Amino acid sequence: MNESETPYGSETVWGFFSKKERPGQNMGNEENKVFLKLKGIKKSFGGVHALRGVDLEIREGEIHCLAGENGCGKSTLIKAISGVHEPDEGEIWINGEKVEHMKPIDAINRGIQVIYQDFAVFPNLTVAENIALNGEVKNRKKFVNWKEIHQIAERGMAQVGAELDPDMPLEQLPVAGKQMVAICRAIVNDAKLLILDEPTTALTEKEVGKLWEVLRGLKKKGIAIMIVNHKLDEIYQIADSLTILRNGKYISSGKISEYNDARFMKDMTGRDLVETKYDPAPSDEEVFRVDHLTLKGRFEDVSFSMNKGDILGLTGLLGSGRGEIGEALFGITPPESGDIYLNGKKIEIHSVADAIKNKIGYVPEDRLTQGLFMERSIEDNTIASSIRDYFHGMSLNEKEMREASERWLKDLSIAAPSIDPPVRTLSGGNAQKVVIAKWLNTHPKLFILNGPTVGVDVGAKAEIHDILRGLAKQGIGIIIISDDLPELLQNCNKIVIMNKGKVRLVTDNKIDKLSL
Amino acid sequence: MNSKKKHAWLTSNQMILVYIIAVFSLIVGIRQPAFWDFATVLNTMRAAIFTMCFALCEMIVIISGGIDVSFPAIGCVAMYVPMYIINRVAPIDNAWFAFGLAVLIGLAFGLLNGFLVAILNLPPLIATLATSSIASGGVVTILGTREFTVLPSSLQAIYNTNLITYTSPKTGFQYVLNVLVLVPIIVCLLIAWMLKYTMLGRGLYVIGGNKTAARVAGFNVKKLQFAAYVWSGVFVGVAAMIYNILMHSATTSALMGDEMITIAACVIGGVRITGGHGGVGGVVLSVILITLVQNNLNMLGIPTSWQRFVVGIVLLLGTIITSWQTKRSMKMSQA
Repeated sequence: MNESETPYGSETVWGFFSKKERPGQNMGNEENKVFLKLKGIKKSFGGVHALRGVDLEIREGEIHCLAGENGCGKSTLIKAISGVHEPDEGEIWINGEKVEHMKPIDAINRGIQVIYQDFAVFPNLTVAENIALNGEVKNRKKFVNWKEIHQIAERGMAQVGAELDPDMPLEQLPVAGKQMVAICRAIVNDAKLLILDEPTTALTEKEVGKLWEVLRGLKKKGIAIMIVNHKLDEIYQIADSLTILRNGKYISSGKISEYNDARFMKDMTGRDLVETKYDPAPSDEEVFRVDHLTLKGRFEDVSFSMNKGDILGLTGLLGSGRGEIGEALFGITPPESGDIYLNGKKIEIHSVADAIKNKIGYVPEDRLTQGLFMERSIEDNTIASSIRDYFHGMSLNEKEMREASERWLKDLSIAAPSIDPPVRTLSGGNAQKVVIAKWLNTHPKLFILNGPTVGVDVGAKAEIHDILRGLAKQGIGIIIISDDLPELLQNCNKIVIMNKGKVRLVTDNKIDKLSL
Repeated sequence: MNSKKKHAWLTSNQMILVYIIAVFSLIVGIRQPAFWDFATVLNTMRAAIFTMCFALCEMIVIISGGIDVSFPAIGCVAMYVPMYIINRVAPIDNAWFAFGLAVLIGLAFGLLNGFLVAILNLPPLIATLATSSIASGGVVTILGTREFTVLPSSLQAIYNTNLITYTSPKTGFQYVLNVLVLVPIIVCLLIAWMLKYTMLGRGLYVIGGNKTAARVAGFNVKKLQFAAYVWSGVFVGVAAMIYNILMHSATTSALMGDEMITIAACVIGGVRITGGHGGVGGVVLSVILITLVQNNLNMLGIPTSWQRFVVGIVLLLGTIITSWQTKRSMKMSQA
């Protein structure tokens, strides 16, 4: 745990963002009072140990990050802190006072406010009402004083630094706006500890910046903030200190300056996860090529080619045409002109059916709504795109379907007891593996993935990268569309950079990181 | 910002209803100048009483995130049972008895609906469909299917009490407006106030918007659901007795089938079927529109047999406008 001598000694690509911005490193908030202290918290559900002795200390005016892979016990810990679950063992100290048998209302009364991923807001009510209503309920009000509601809302927004129209119905706000409303609501309800569960998942980079600004403002007011997050670059941007959990166990805790990429990865996954750069053996065998691909208003004159073993990265800002090219190649919005060659043969793509016929697979950006049937089993999802292969006359060959699904479960090491549970029950990383399995079961020759590791934790991320590398080596063309630069630099031996619908640069990924 | 707000107001659901009512009135008025008479107002109000009362029941339930298709059956029982007792068991000639028993019956079925939806967590459509069958089937089995067309003198006295008597100078006909029209008017005002200025009212919107968040915020979701269904049952009891008095008819099936036009009236009035939206103002306008269309089509020379068809078209248009408004509201969040 004493690696503080070499805080930035990272050689891996994970360190891109880390060296510039580390706001928490010299905060020196040792003198700040400890607001929340947990000692040896244990909790099990029917024999399953969700928490096996967790220690945690959060100080006033500190931004504390709780990190860990999916299933590490983060949510259970939040529920213990907010009084939803009473721990089986261990002590909870709030403001120097030991609290026993805490109920949710006790936690709220002591100033603990949790903002869950769905924000628990009311889309049909106005901004002002959303901010003020919870407090009015708490005060057992019988009547509504609209003037007071507006005053409370204005006060909350002023404290947080949010600028929203108080009379706007919440459903008309973007996700980031709803989140701001949830934060304002927590503040007007006298939050002393604000817990945010993966607050950046649905935000754009600009919105994340605004969120950090707001949280830093609250921190200056002495509010303790705990963020659940597992995105390393974001943790470096915002956190003062860090606690890492793994499998319900407390692994390490400390100032953010005591961590480097290697230690973070090791503590998160328990493995020395140093991903190497992808560097395939050179080959002259062309797998895929597009010439002068154009779709007016989306992208123009796009040309690139890839050889056997290549993984091609497609990047650029939102709106640069990177996602649109993926959708065009899969026939969702077919290209207007240009030529497409797959394994040396010219192909025509006018529809999704054309793309599937030509053995092109596509993992969409929003897998929850576009790529998966959440309520159906892993098996149903796995064979969803290849079900025609299992028809024997009028009936389906159930045995073959099961065998294929079970094979992918094993090959992609999807963490599930069997192929029967619904996909809804899987973590983000495993759900993404099911999407990949679905397409691999169609035996694609070209596989396009849009944001393949969004919302996936580091361990599963590395596994997905390994899978993709394996596929590329087998001669399947892999295109990764992403704005996650470290991910692209590490996994793609060829990168196409888009800007305003045009190709700006095609590189062989031997360039300096900074020039990106 | 201000002009944007003004624009939003001018194209709001309620204002669009006002435009449609104005255009329809204008067309009818041009074809039939007799339309421009105070009598039209009285006729429309009289004809709108029942739909308005039923819509006040349904609206509350839909705002809370539910739906109630049982109120016509509950209403039938609530007017049939007191009239059966008065006519065939004991001639209790007392208006308080008639209304009181109707309310009690409505309360009982409202509690049943509340229990099925809030406690057993049944889907509201199925639960209230079951209640409807139980109420309707039960009363027919036990008390048979008669029609009572003679009111006891206490109720007849209410029937004879008019709020307004108006003799049209154009036609010389006399038009009256019964005192019972005050019931929906007063209840409209009370409900509008309740929805805006009490935590009970806000609670109904809150549970219609997001039940989980409502629970987290400390609202008693079950209690609020109970309140909605109990209100619907109780007030439909009152409305059914009003129907009995004004129509001189109590049967076990008189109101059956009214649920669809009532739900439609709510939806056209801006009460989103998914819950959490809408209010009294829109529903009042929508009831006025539907009543105007139903009452005045013959003035346009459209045969009575076409009435249902045209009402259907109005419903369709109204619903399209509402759904278009909803989409527009959602789209603004993208911008």
